[in-house]
Amino acid sequence: MTTPIPPIEGKTTVDVSRDRAFELFTASIGSWWPRQYHIGAAEVADIVLEPHEGGRWFERGVDGTECDWGRVLSWEPPERVLFTWQIGGDWQFDPDPAHAAEIEVRFHADGPEQTTIEVEQRHFERLVAGEDVYGAIEHGGGGWVALLAAYAQLVAGQSRP
Amino acid sequence: MRANIDGAIGLLGDPNRRAIFELLARRPSAVGEIAAQLPISRPAVSQHLKVLKDGGLVVSRAEGNRRVYRLDPQGVSALRAWLDGVWEHALTSFHKFAEQTVADEIGTDPDEEPP
Repeated sequence: MTTPIPPIEGKTTVDVSRDRAFELFTASIGSWWPRQYHIGAAEVADIVLEPHEGGRWFERGVDGTECDWGRVLSWEPPERVLFTWQIGGDWQFDPDPAHAAEIEVRFHADGPEQTTIEVEQRHFERLVAGEDVYGAIEHGGGGWVALLAAYAQLVAGQSRP
Repeated sequence: MRANIDGAIGLLGDPNRRAIFELLARRPSAVGEIAAQLPISRPAVSQHLKVLKDGGLVVSRAEGNRRVYRLDPQGVSALRAWLDGVWEHALTSFHKFAEQTVADEIGTDPDEEPP
């Protein structure tokens, strides 16, 4: 009965070797992931993608609290990494792996010093949404509101001439 | 339905439509309440709401003599549409970070002082 929801696809090409691109994407994710996109109550101090199968993907707040985003399903440097997105419509981590969307990142070597990175986030239909997201919005609380507020701030900053 | 969901990809690409989406994330509202907070006319707001509704991000309900709009309580489509923008921004950020980091390592920065 679940209606499939189309995946999100994105890609970018960098003038960096494939080995280095993989390393920067994964080990330095805390340096490039836009800080406003997070779900914890505290400001983000770091974002971590643990470099092994079964590893955690999480944010660490400035107050030291950790907030899980997902798990590493497959760790294949420098070609591919597959991890889950376990944040549903209520903007909370859902520990049930059956409720996980997946993010696949592929690294294609276009040349010795050029790499194309392709990202696909899929299986959104597995995420649980329902009334929780509605409640969070209705009552003015929850990560959804904070996240959107951060997002709105970003957009406002970018759209100014 | 399938066509509608596919269409959600670009739904938040328009700044006014995104602003309406964000206002509705905070509070269900009628057309007039939205128009009062944005520099666009009521007919323009109605047009954007129709697009958001057709795209499956927003639902509406009659309350007395007015129609109140809110984000679709099924949520996942809205989450997906929002994440589409997140990834676009994140990949742009990664691109800049990766090339800058490597350029710094090689020392190709033209402004760099010789040792």
